[in-house]
Amino acid sequence: MIDLALEGVTLRRGGRTVLDRVDLRFPAGRLTCVIGPNGAGKSTLLGVAAGLLAPSEGSVALDGTPLAGLPRRSLARRRAFLPQSPAVEWGIPVERVVALGLTPHLPAFGALPAAWQARIDAALTRYDLHQLRRRPATQLSGGELARVMLARATVGDPELLIIDEPTAGLDPRHALDAAARLRALADEGCTVLVALHDLDLALRMADDVVAVKGGRVLAAGPALAILDDAVLSELYDTPARVIHDKHGAAVRFLA
Amino acid sequence: MTARLLTPALVLLLIALASTSLLAGTVWLTPAQAAAALVDPRADLAQLVMVEVRLPRLVLALLVGGILGLSGAVLQGLLRNPLAEPGLLGVSSGASLGAVIAIYYGFAAGFTLATPLFALAGALATVAVALALGRTRGTLSLILAGIAVSAIAGAGVNLALNFAPSPYAAYEIMTWLMGSLVDRSWDHVALAAPFILVGSVLLFATARALDALALGEAQAESLGIHVRRTYLLALVGTALGVGAATAVTGAIGFVGLVAPHLVRAAVGQRPGATLLPATLAGAAIVLAADIATRLIRTGPEIKLGVFVAAVGAPFFLWLVLHVRRTGA
Repeated sequence: MIDLALEGVTLRRGGRTVLDRVDLRFPAGRLTCVIGPNGAGKSTLLGVAAGLLAPSEGSVALDGTPLAGLPRRSLARRRAFLPQSPAVEWGIPVERVVALGLTPHLPAFGALPAAWQARIDAALTRYDLHQLRRRPATQLSGGELARVMLARATVGDPELLIIDEPTAGLDPRHALDAAARLRALADEGCTVLVALHDLDLALRMADDVVAVKGGRVLAAGPALAILDDAVLSELYDTPARVIHDKHGAAVRFLA
Repeated sequence: MTARLLTPALVLLLIALASTSLLAGTVWLTPAQAAAALVDPRADLAQLVMVEVRLPRLVLALLVGGILGLSGAVLQGLLRNPLAEPGLLGVSSGASLGAVIAIYYGFAAGFTLATPLFALAGALATVAVALALGRTRGTLSLILAGIAVSAIAGAGVNLALNFAPSPYAAYEIMTWLMGSLVDRSWDHVALAAPFILVGSVLLFATARALDALALGEAQAESLGIHVRRTYLLALVGTALGVGAATAVTGAIGFVGLVAPHLVRAAVGQRPGATLLPATLAGAAIVLAADIATRLIRTGPEIKLGVFVAAVGAPFFLWLVLHVRRTGA
């Protein structure tokens, strides 16, 4: 179980303030969706939370330990990160792509210890990739690649998983599938942080929601408290209604 | 299965080529003569040919071909571009410019190793400039800086040819630019080997990072890879190794481009796994080409660099078409 805290995080890039005094806590074992308009600073926020971008001011701490003080390998063992539209540049077999998720666990020299093969097999099974294990990663469909990337990110059993737009470019069935898998990870105790444009999906899977606009946190809290008419209307500068019926909830924009 | 057999197969090929290289040439030796020459301390013709001519030439071919193949594999993995090669960063043109300066100003006439020493300095200088200009860590800015530095060094070489003090100087420059292993001695080996070995160590150290970089820089960084350090290792390793190789043999293109492609499919395209086989394949290409230049006897001797380019360029064309067709 792992707990991530951002305190007074400000990030400036080229004279522009991309994140402005952000204070957030991501409690262990909860799934948090970060929502907001394009250019709000969602990806930057995720990068800072993952320890990949150093904030200009403020600090990020994992279970009370500042990220800046953690060796990059031991951080990599505990935290997994998937950027927006991840790609594989060579036609590496799916199985080896998934194995790359174990990079921070590898000994300094030599090959993958045999004990880890079981982990790789388990990840392949979990994400229905057994038939694809020898397929070059460059020959996968969008939905298959999304599953491979999730398997890659989770094969090392991270305590913290940070994903930027996991459902971008996926059809509804595959988007729902990805959401269900992330939900399952959180239910098993993994702290999950997801940037998302699909608000209906956020309503379906999030425990907590952080609404970001112009580099600042507009609102943060339990999903149903944040995903409401007033916050969403202000966040997107467009009148919004959250409609609840017997099938669940959905967001409709009225413009 | 193929991946497991690849390295032993390449080693066997190298042993066969190396034996041929020791026996073949203007004076053909039998295996018995060759073996006798290697163990017999008495200086006769066979012994002289063997120890002072063919052995250093063999060692240089292995070192130069190996480092070219290795550096090509590392750069293609690092830049995630199948068309990357050592020449892209300006190493070869920088070395050429250094050598040309040595020949042009007559330092080469003073002592034999002036040309390789100047070439080495030129190679290191161009890579330092390319690194300084392209250090914003984008692969594109690095490639562009390398191309720009290459172009400047190339212009310098052409200027020297244009204003060559005598036809003889121009001829000597042209000869050096074509790349050759003829008349190389143990002095050349001693000059190049330390740089090539240190360069290889730096290049091989990138293997694991290259695998992770197949997922892009953000994911590699998140997996605990120090991406900036990987760039430094790859570029400094290339500058030292390929710089020293170019310094003693002249410019030999295409080996660094072709060798990784020959082995990539067999290792499941993993960039880190291509390093050792690409090194062996590069050594085999240069060694085979060197033997071929000795055996092809049509008038003047064909230069090694020219021969490799003549065979390598069509392969390059095929590669461009193939990449376009598969969209890889």
